[in-house]
Amino acid sequence: MKILKLPKQQLDYFASVLQQFGEVHAPVKRQGKYVFARLDRWSDAVLEYNRTILPPKKYLLPPRETMFCYRRGTGYAPASENLDRKIVLFGVHSCDIYGINILDEVFAGKYPDPYYRTRRDNLTIIGIDCTPDEHCFCRSMRADFVDHGFDLFLYDIGDYYLTFVGTARGDDMVLASKTLFEPVTREDIDEYKRRSEAKRRAFQLDVEIRDLPEIFEMEYHADIWEELGKRCLSCGSCSMVCPTCYCYDVVDEVELGSRDGRRVRCWDSCLFSSHALVAGGENFRESRASRIKFRFYHKQRGFVAEYGRPSCIGCGRCIEACPVKIDIVEVLKMLRGAEDGATA
Amino acid sequence: MAQLLEERVSDQLPALNPYLPHAARLVRVDRMVPDNHLFTLRLLDDYYAAAFRHRPGQFVMLSVPGCGEAPISISSPPTRPGVLELCVRRAGRLTGALYRMGANDVVGIRGPYGNGFPVERIEGWNLLLVAGGLGMAPLRSLLWYALDHREQFKGITLMYGARTPGDMLFRDELKSLVDRRDISCLLTVDRDPTGSWEHHVGLLPGLFDRTQVDPATTFAAVCGPPIVYRFVLERLLALGFTKDRILMSLERRMKCGVGKCGHCSVGYKYTCIHGPIFTYWDAMNLPEMI
Repeated sequence: MKILKLPKQQLDYFASVLQQFGEVHAPVKRQGKYVFARLDRWSDAVLEYNRTILPPKKYLLPPRETMFCYRRGTGYAPASENLDRKIVLFGVHSCDIYGINILDEVFAGKYPDPYYRTRRDNLTIIGIDCTPDEHCFCRSMRADFVDHGFDLFLYDIGDYYLTFVGTARGDDMVLASKTLFEPVTREDIDEYKRRSEAKRRAFQLDVEIRDLPEIFEMEYHADIWEELGKRCLSCGSCSMVCPTCYCYDVVDEVELGSRDGRRVRCWDSCLFSSHALVAGGENFRESRASRIKFRFYHKQRGFVAEYGRPSCIGCGRCIEACPVKIDIVEVLKMLRGAEDGATA
Repeated sequence: MAQLLEERVSDQLPALNPYLPHAARLVRVDRMVPDNHLFTLRLLDDYYAAAFRHRPGQFVMLSVPGCGEAPISISSPPTRPGVLELCVRRAGRLTGALYRMGANDVVGIRGPYGNGFPVERIEGWNLLLVAGGLGMAPLRSLLWYALDHREQFKGITLMYGARTPGDMLFRDELKSLVDRRDISCLLTVDRDPTGSWEHHVGLLPGLFDRTQVDPATTFAAVCGPPIVYRFVLERLLALGFTKDRILMSLERRMKCGVGKCGHCSVGYKYTCIHGPIFTYWDAMNLPEMI
């Protein structure tokens, strides 16, 4: 991989170069939290942040998107609202890039989704490294480093960013910046290693995911699910903020006073009671306990069977978002610890 | 995943939108059973119609403009192309709107989706079809596929049970099979208020006492409400069927049909792409399956 370094004091100049590749979006501070948003000026960007409220999936799977317009007589026609918008997303953490890679597998792999793919093609990703806080467990989920999925990735090494060039588009951005980037020295590499080791030691959470699928199978009937079901409010916040929760609902909306309308898809959650409801009233996950169990099961066990790894990336967003403090790390530890969960 | 990225770059604009419903005209509505009509459709786009090939057991996503989409199994066999027959139960808003439509109205179809019955795998075996109630709808496609490829199968047996003769789907058509020699067609009703039913009366599992089934050389395809699964599976296992030669068709909520929207997932499988046909072995090992 092509590796260069970018002087930190030239970052705003580099950001101005990026504008020719699309609208520049980056984390900005809003009411004490961070969100990915379009920048009015480069100084709004916050590059040292813990996590944004919503993950980058909002750029690829918008919370609400029109798929088709339909007219009486002509039928359904594909909609393409905002599909051609080119966006450069600056400052994405490795866990979130991992999340995008997982979405790529689902939406750009078998049976590709044309809306997703067009948006993905139009999204440029510049990653940045980070320091874990008390909710981060990406290291346990093997998402603390990524080797693909970004166009550029920046590692802070003091006065410079060590820059990994991941794609040809990333290389174009480097070339468009002319002489901004410098070659890497031995000292830079040593500094990178020193910081990498410091990051490893900074993690406060650790959970073992080896043989987690087997443990999920064995604990399928454990009491812990009933207990979680009593606490869970089925609000779906964890799904909304999850970088890899991609369930969606599709509805036809009719224009007022007309028989024409649009087919819209919007975010959904397996915690909502209608998620597995079929015609005639049969609901395969009627109880709240069965739904929260399903969410954990699909992420930590189901996804492993289908894609070879859990779809959880350890970003900690669901821990922060849950109004009743259901903590995925605690749940996984309880399942693993047996005493708390295996009495059934 | 690196490969996916290259695919993305090389294939910038996916040619076909897999979610696009294709216009289909209602040719005929056959009021088979109250709240269970058979809708015959013809795809309007010649190119799409010619490309449409399905396997028995597959389903389509049916669009009723303004109401959305629902997965409906295809009741017609691939051996009789030209039209699609969908047996639709009136159960909600979308199907309610469909029931208000008539000949020449236009709906949307996309598909076919799902794995379908593994017909190549069954080739050369005896085939036992067991349907209860509305379970005949997805099995009818397989039934006619097998009869139209009669030389590919050994014995074919159909066991079908409904509550009353008036609840029996495809009643006249199935009655006409009873006297055929290339199929053993056993029809039963729980009770006969008409007094004119000429076939069996009694519960579906009772039909197992009226015929011989060799579990070592037979594939069984079962479809029906949960109670049918419970009692029929019991009989099949008691006969000595191995669990991966019992096939069943499942029903789930679906919004996409292509393994994305998440609604039809059971355990770690998506009913839309890994199913809707599962072996009993798969079904018993996936939580919430039946």
